[in-house]
This record gives sequence, structure tokens and C-alpha cells, in this order.
Amino acid sequence: MSTTPELAILNPVEEVLRKDRIPTIWCPGCGIGTTVNSFAYALMGTGIDLKKTAIVSGIGCSGRVSGYMALDSFHTTHGRAIPFATGLKLANPELNVIVYSGDGDLTSIGGNHLVHAARRNMDLLVVCVNNMIYAMTGGQAAATTPGNSMSTTTPYGSFEPEICLPQLVDACGAVFVARWTAFHVKQLERTMAKALKKKGFRFIEVVTPCPTLYQRRNNMGDGLAAMMDYKNSQQDQERRPHLRSGHGARRRYHRR
Amino acid sequence: MTHADPRCVLTGTHFINGDAACCEGALAAGARFAAGYPITPSTEVVERFASRAPTVGGIFIQMEDELAASIALQGMVWAGQKSFTVTSGPGYSLMMEHIGLAAMTETPCVFVNVQRGGPSTGLPTLPAQGDMMQARFGSHGDYSTISLVPSTPQECFDLTVTAFNLAEQFRVPVMFMMDECVGHMTEKVVIPEASEIELYPRRRASKPPGEFLLFEPGPDLVPEMAHAGEGYNVYVTGLTHDNRGYPLMNPKMQRELITRQFEKISRAADQLTIVESEGVEGADVVIVAYGITARVSRRAIQMARDKGLKVGLLRLICVWPFPEKLIRELAPKVKALVMPELNMGQVVIELERCAGGKCKVISVPHPGGTVHKPADILEAIERGAQ
Repeated sequence: MSTTPELAILNPVEEVLRKDRIPTIWCPGCGIGTTVNSFAYALMGTGIDLKKTAIVSGIGCSGRVSGYMALDSFHTTHGRAIPFATGLKLANPELNVIVYSGDGDLTSIGGNHLVHAARRNMDLLVVCVNNMIYAMTGGQAAATTPGNSMSTTTPYGSFEPEICLPQLVDACGAVFVARWTAFHVKQLERTMAKALKKKGFRFIEVVTPCPTLYQRRNNMGDGLAAMMDYKNSQQDQERRPHLRSGHGARRRYHRR
Repeated sequence: MTHADPRCVLTGTHFINGDAACCEGALAAGARFAAGYPITPSTEVVERFASRAPTVGGIFIQMEDELAASIALQGMVWAGQKSFTVTSGPGYSLMMEHIGLAAMTETPCVFVNVQRGGPSTGLPTLPAQGDMMQARFGSHGDYSTISLVPSTPQECFDLTVTAFNLAEQFRVPVMFMMDECVGHMTEKVVIPEASEIELYPRRRASKPPGEFLLFEPGPDLVPEMAHAGEGYNVYVTGLTHDNRGYPLMNPKMQRELITRQFEKISRAADQLTIVESEGVEGADVVIVAYGITARVSRRAIQMARDKGLKVGLLRLICVWPFPEKLIRELAPKVKALVMPELNMGQVVIELERCAGGKCKVISVPHPGGTVHKPADILEAIERGAQ
């Protein structure tokens, strides 16, 4: 038995976390927890009624986020967090409903629901943690995996270009679209806070590292190396990652 | 029990089809929310609901596909409402994943399937009863739910109310297995006064947040329910979970959870033996049938009785769980059980198992597209009576 004394150090965001669910399942260097930290600060900072706030996830590493938040948490089926959230919001419009899930979940298997929720301007905030890979199942290529990437199902490199989520969701009519990376924690928090207070279909993509299953196979270093990449690939004066066809993250080489 | 809200009940005598009656049944049962996707021959239900729901403070949303519809309705339920969806074969196949989710998360809701010929696109406008085994076993993993089968538009109303009541009582998804014939058949439907319609209320949390456990079984093994926005911080997952709802994936928890979810249904076997029997006492041959096929069987029975044969009818209204005890008691008393179905022989497998070799079991299969010829059923009766 460990005899480590109890440290009187409080996690500043623990009031919105389910403490009995910690530690998380996430790997060292993973960016999902970083996004959750920004989200937790945003939730606390906006002063929205947490008793009237529900969080819905699909399946995957990011699909576990709902279960770590001290809110009404729904861990649904793969790709279907958005339609579940749609039903929840319609039947109780008082609820703030947040969908928090991963790229494979929301845009590959659940792509149709993303398109249509944006089209009907459903009053939801969707946070898509994009680690560019199916991580929970061991690193298979997703619709968001950059072209030419190595993954367990693309051992000769991915032949398919990746989808650009902000452009897609914008084209479908979303009223609020943003993209940050796991490096931009303060910007992400501010954007989340802004989105939480807005009505209509809001979409935030957060590009995050998956050192275990994406970075490593593609010679991209560890989580810290990814942070440097994100920092250095900032394109414009407002210090936002650019919104071209690809990601702010480094790609092995450009196809177009 | 509570009573129906008079604003939602279209009391009176109507001349409507089964699809419309099902819609009115859902409204009377307190469902003001539904999610759907159009598919023949079920579309009339949601068309009517889309028109009726806003007049009683409800919402119908047409989702992008049946996968979405079948989970959106569960969002509605966890927001505190009663909800349902309506589909037919191909859509029902897409909904399978979320029937499993509803079973696992014990979400009370109703899935209406107006059955048509299959497999695949099959016969979109013609009847069949080919989804009966799918209603029982269609989603992956082990679960136990309830399936009701109406055989008249009047029953489409009455049994839809029952379906919602059973869903609330047992916290399971209830399958309402209509067919194209019953759905599109127009007949007299009497809708009673709201005060005469009894409803099983949602089993709401009786303890305050902090003390309440979302999946703690009650005396009848059914847990109480708290919804989003009520301050309980509910945690609902499709993973194997403990009484708090937290994922706990090990063989012990799996055994505890799945066994309880089966037992809450199997314990109520007597309540869930819902049949209509006619002339079964002293009969040599009993037709066991459900839905539209039971109506066709009546003609065959008449023809057989004209020939002097002693024939009865046992109409299954609740097909799943199967009325096992009833069949075990009946089998030794008759020469034969005859089961006509608009499929190649699905429920008859269960009938044969329960008869246990105590009598002949004769299947009268039919691939669907139309109903049986009474003569075909008569032929089976005559074989059974020998």
C-alpha cells in the first residue's frame, strides 16, 4: 500500500469533472485532456447553468469525454451522438446540449448527421477532437487522416485525401465554425466560451496529437513535437492555424 | 396508473386505417415527440403525427436516416418525454443498433414496424410478417424485449397504448409489429374518452441527487429513471455499466446486468401472456396465428367447422416473450397446432420447441406479398386432424 500523504492541491476545474472517473484512459501526450481542460474553464467562465447542461459523445477516445464531465452525460453509439443530442434538445429546449466527440466518430461514420444537423441549424455545440486517426481501435485511417499517412489499414500510405471539416460544416450552413489546436489552449477556451453563449449550430474542430498511434507511425515525434508543429504552422496574424485544404498539423508532403 | 391527456385523445368513432389509428394511439399514450424517416407502408403514421403533434405541444422531426431517427427518439426520452419511431423492413434493419442501445440503457420507447415483403427492398407496398425473429434477435448481443402484433385498425390504437405502457413499466423498447395489410386497412376505430385510457407513468427517481443510483433495480428489477436537466448528472452508456451507470466491463458485471435485464421480462411472463382464444377448449386442432394471418385463419376455421372438424384459434397478441407456459399446457390436449405465418416459418420454431413433441406442429409458410388462401390453411387443419 502506498503511504503517499494527501496533497491539498485542488484541480481548478474539478467542479465540472467527475472526480471518481479520474484517471482517464488517455495516453501520455494525448491532446484530448488538454481540450477538456479548455472546455472546463469555458464552462465555468460562462456561468451557464450546469444543471441544464448535457454532454453527448459517440464512441472512441474522445467519446469518453462525456463520461468525465460532471454534467448529464450520454455515451451513445458510434457516430450517432449528434442525432441523440438533437432529440434531447428538441424535447427539452431549456437544455444546453454539447456534442463532444472525435473525428472518426463525427465525420466518418457520423458524417451524414454532421451535415444535416448543420443544415437544419440544430441548436447544438459540436466539439470535434481531431487526432486524425481511429485511436481507440489501434490507429486505422479515418476520413480525416491526411493523405499519404501511414496507419494500420494504410500500410503503404493513405491514398485518399482528408476532409476539411470547417469548410464542410460552413458549407452546410453552420452559424459558428472554428478551428484551433491543442497548443492554443487559451484561444480554444475563449472560442468555446463564445460558442457556448451562441445559439444555433456551432462547430469547433480541435486538432490534437495522437503520439501513440498517429505521430509515431508517421515520424512526427511525441506530443511536444506536435505542439511545436502547431505553433510553427500558425499562418496568419491572428495566430490562427490556416484553413486551407489540409491541417495546421505538419503533413508529410502536400499532394495538391 | 394515470389517465390520458384529453387534449391528445381524439375521442369518437372514426373510419381510419391502421397507420392512422397507431398514430392516434401514440398520442393518446402521451407520446408528443417522434423521430422518423419516410418508408412505405408506414409513412402515414408519421405524416399524421407531423400534422397532429404541433397542435398538442409536440414535435415530429424527420431525420436524415433511420439510424438517426432511432437514436433521436432516445434523446427525447432521456429529456423526459415519451417518444417513438415508425418504419418498415429496410429501415428496421438500420434501427437494429439502437434497439440494442435502448435495451442496454433501459430506455422506454416504442418502435413501430409496418412489415412489408423482404429481404432487402423486397415488396415495398405488400404485406409480410418476415421481421418477427428480427424483432426478437435483430440487434447484436443478448437482450429481451416485448413485441405486440395487432390484427385490426382498432387494435392498432388499443395496443399502441399498451405498447407505451409496457415500455414504461419494464423500461424496454417495445416492438409494435404491424403489417402492410393492417396498416392500410380502413375500418371502424372507436377511441374512448381520455378518462378511460389508463397510462403507466414514467418511473421517476424517488430519491434526491446524491442518493439516487440510475440503474439500481427496484423490487421488480426495473430501475427508476432520472432525466437530463433534473440535476442528477445522469451517466448513460451503451457499455456494460454498474448501478451508477458507470462503465464497468468485466464478466461479473456483465452477468449481473444482462441477467437482470432478461429476468425483469421473464418474471412477468404471466402478465405478458396476451392472447385471444376462441374455441380452443375441446378442439382437436388449434390454429396459432398473429396479426393479419389470424384474421385469414378465421375463414379457414369456418370452412373446417363446416366439415365437422373441431378447430380453435389462439391468436398471439404479445408474440415476444413467447407464451411458453400456455403452449406447454395446450400441446398435450390437441392433435395438432397449425401456424400460418407470412414468412417461411419463424415463430413456428418457438411453437415447436414449446410443444415439445406432445402434438403435431404444422407450419403453413408464405413468402408474403399477399395473405394466405384459406384453403391452404384448411388443408393443414385437415392434415392435423387425421
